This record gives sequence, C-alpha cells and structure tokens, in this order.
Amino acid sequence: MTKEETLHLAKLARIELSDAEIDKFTTEMSAILEYVSTVTDIVGDDTLTAPQVGAKYNVFRKDEVTNEADEYTADLLAEMPQTQGRFMVVQKILNPDA
Amino acid sequence: MYTITELRKKYISGELTPTEVFDTALAAITAKDAEIHAFLAVFTDARSEAEAATVAYRKQGADTPPLLGIPLAIKSNILIKGRIASAASKILENYTATYDATVIARLRAAGAIFIGATNMDEFAMGGSTENSAFGLTRNPLDPSRVPGGSSGGSAAAVAMGIVPAAMGTDTGGSIRQPASFCGLVGFKPTYGAVSRFGLIAMGSSLDQAGPLTTTVEDAELIHSIISGADEYDATTITPDTYGDVAIKEKYTFGVPRQFLTDGIDADVLATFNAHVEALAAAGHTVVDIDLPIFEKGLAAYYIVMPAEVSSNLARFDGMRYGLSSSGDNLLDVYQKTRANGFGKEVKRRILLGTYVLSSGYYDAFYGKAELVRAKMRAELREVFKTVDVILTPTAPTPAFKIGEQEDPLAMYRQDIFTVPVNLAGVPALSFPMGTVVREGIELPIGVQYIAPHGGDARLFSIGKKIYDERR
Repeated sequence: MTKEETLHLAKLARIELSDAEIDKFTTEMSAILEYVSTVTDIVGDDTLTAPQVGAKYNVFRKDEVTNEADEYTADLLAEMPQTQGRFMVVQKILNPDA
Repeated sequence: MYTITELRKKYISGELTPTEVFDTALAAITAKDAEIHAFLAVFTDARSEAEAATVAYRKQGADTPPLLGIPLAIKSNILIKGRIASAASKILENYTATYDATVIARLRAAGAIFIGATNMDEFAMGGSTENSAFGLTRNPLDPSRVPGGSSGGSAAAVAMGIVPAAMGTDTGGSIRQPASFCGLVGFKPTYGAVSRFGLIAMGSSLDQAGPLTTTVEDAELIHSIISGADEYDATTITPDTYGDVAIKEKYTFGVPRQFLTDGIDADVLATFNAHVEALAAAGHTVVDIDLPIFEKGLAAYYIVMPAEVSSNLARFDGMRYGLSSSGDNLLDVYQKTRANGFGKEVKRRILLGTYVLSSGYYDAFYGKAELVRAKMRAELREVFKTVDVILTPTAPTPAFKIGEQEDPLAMYRQDIFTVPVNLAGVPALSFPMGTVVREGIELPIGVQYIAPHGGDARLFSIGKKIYDERR
C-alpha cells in the first residue's frame, strides 16, 4: 500500500483523512492485506463457479401499504439535519458558475 | 441477581414485584455503573411499565406474558422506538429510532422492560468495547480489564447483576467472547433464526442477535421469543429450512486439535482439555477432527466483513439522519460528515472493504474469501456426518488488560475461534468452563459448542445438562 492508494480509497469511501491518518492506515492496511491474502493459499487458483446464495432466496411479501399516511412523517423529518417544511434540505449539486 | 426463571416465579408468588426489581436495578446502576460504564442511556421512565406489570401479576398471576416485568439491557445497535440508538458512534449520537426492531417488538409483546441501552464497540467493530465513541466499558470482575466486545456493555450489565439478561449482536463473536470474558452464557443462533430487521447493520450475511444470560435455560427462553420467520427480513428461516437436528442422550463431540496450537493461552488450553475429558468421562464420545478450512476462517472473515461494512455504512451521509458536518458542496459534506462521525476502527474497516471490492482486487480478495466460505460449509457438512457438536475454547485468552491490544491484527486474532461460525452460519453457544487466575483474580473462560445449521435446540439441551445443572 502507498499513501496515494490510501488517499484514493478514502476518496471512494467519501471519508476525509488527516495526514496522520493516511500514514497510520497505510502502514496498518499493508499488514492486514498481507494477512488476508492467505485466502489464496487455502483455495489456490479455484474460483467461485456459481453465485453463493443463502438458505432462502426469492422471498417476497405483498407489495402493499402497511402504514397510515403521515404515520412516520414527523418522526422522520425530526431526524433530518436540515428541513424546509416537508422537505429535506441538501447542498446544491449543480454549480451555475462552473 | 436472580435468573429470569427465578424472577418469574417470585413475581407470580408475590414474593417480589417488578417495581421492586426495577428500582433495585436502577439503584445498582447508580452505585456501580459510574466505574464500569455498561450503559449509554438509562430509561428511568420505564418504571411506569414496571408498575403496570406489578398490577398485572397481582390480578392475573401466572396468566401473564412470559417475560412480564423482566428488566433487560439492550445493546445500542438494536432499535427501540423513541430511544436513541447510537451504535456507540458519534455519527448516530442523536439518532432516535422511529420503529422497534423485530426482536424488540417480540420482547415487548412478551412483557419485557427495557431498562437501558448498553455500550459497545462502535458499530459492533471490536472485541473489547474500547472502540466506543463514548468511552470504554470495564470488566466488572476486574476493572483493569476489558469486558470483551463488541457487546461488552450488555455483558457487563449482566455480570454486575443489574439485569438477569441482555441483548447483544454477534457478527464474528460479539456475544460469545464477552460472555467468555464476563463468566456468562452467550448464544449466536443459526443465521436466519432471528430477524435482523431493526439492527444497525454491520455485516449482513453474518449478523445475528442473541442473549447474554447467566443460565442456558434463560438463553433458550429469550431465543424462543425472539426467533422465527419475519416478513421484514427475507433471510429468516423456518423450522423446515434445515429440518430436525436430533437431541440425544449421548453425543459425539469433535475437537479440532490442530487448531488448538498457536497463540492459545496455556491455562485456557488446559481448562479446555479438562472440560473435554469430563465429557468423555460422562459417557460421551470425543474424537479428534481436522478442519483445515475452518481454521483459516479469520483471513476470509477480514475480507467478507469489511466488504459488507463498507457497503452498509455508505448510508451514513449526513443527509437524512445523524450527524451532518457543513461543507462547501455535497461531496464535501459527505467527506467531512464521515470524517467527523466515524472512529478509527470503523474508518479502517471501511477502507479495507473498499479495497477488497475495488476493480482489480475483487476476484483476488472478495471472490476468494467467498470461495473459502463455500468450502468451509462443505467441510462442516462432512464433519457433521460423524460428529454432533464441535468444541473449541470461545476465546484464546481470558479478558485482557485495557489498552493491551494496540495492534489491530493482534486484536482480530481474538476472534479466531468465533468468526468461522458466522462465516458458515451455524449456531454456537458459549458458557463458562472454568477460571484462570491472573494477578490474584479469578477470571472466567468460556467453551464454545458448535452445532450444525438448525441445531440451536441441541445446544440448549446440552448446555442445560452440562452447565445449568452444575452451576
């Protein structure tokens, strides 16, 4: 692992890292990745031929409304960091000056 | 503290009332928890439920729900409507649950009273409860040591005698290892036996909720209430999913001797060997088994789990709930919120998960790890043709000192015996097998009983005979 790789991962994961964190994670991740690479020793060149599914698959329930209108609206709005009436406020995505 | 079963009898006879027990528990929290810090929140207003339960017992006696008036502590990654569910993370510090988890709804319907939310490693990532954003929890049996984790607060709450039982979650040993460190019974059900609806997700193909108790009988009681199919969790199973796993008088126990060599405390191993010899002396058959894939489970786990963590925790973006840090633009809000909201272990695992899922590494890491998992299940299917239950120590050491495990890899090795169980999805029960003395203090250590898929009842049956009757 290089610092650049750690920085790239942080970007993909949407986490801002301090310089100290970048150094620390780069060292630690190298050791962890070396250890987990031993999975190859266990299974060799084999690859998974069929997708693995759990004990159950294709489990459905009826597509129906299970709550009253507005039953949860106030509670959910109360959790939002910023609201305007019944709307959640988020940062502008498009920059008109760009 | 009495067991649930004992409390229930005393409630019915009128010897004790739920209000008295609730008040005693609150007093115990005040007296002991400033030092131990098992609880993140205490629900003093639940006293009204205890009062109602007291009235109900007076009027209806035994004709009341099975857990009526029983105080329980709940790990803070399990949603209770109207209560803060922080998962011990700053990013959810002020998040109030808007609905009950299925396990909570079922416990509530059975009459249980939730007395508080317990401390844990942030988002259940850790084995010591040192990773909480709100301060660590101490082991009540030796406060210089950790209670284990990630359900360390739940374990400490029971070990202090504040509650007869607590709820935990187990992704790689997070119920069983704290049970081992605190001298309790801890149960990780067959994957799918208990609904994950309303649990704050860590590794969705691994997570299960289960009880921490002082007897196997109580663990079985709680499991019987919380388990069962749930239309809100498509992975929940029904009794016919795996069919009957027979309960017998005498069992064949398999011991993976090769697995019990490196990095295991000599006293833990000696106690384990004595436990196994006692089983043989009691007329059970004990055989050595070889589990080459199972033994290597830890490496696969630290690929599969972070991969699922990085996906599951992508939802914490500072938009709909939880912490939101201000930034110049949307991307900046995401990056600052997650930088400020997540602790170092959570960041480490998200980065690791992002790595093993990224283009070019997916096949080499995630693909291989899932293959290990498939082969491990096949290996266990073979072994369970000839043995009924697999035995290991629950953890390689007794409770370690606070601050002792600095290196993340060394900490991960704590889970060597427990994580393969989650990868395979089989059930496992941990209960105390003895103690080891460290610095003049007797520290408990647990033994892990592992059954085939759907063998939960077999484990309870064995545990009641081997542990409860000799307690």
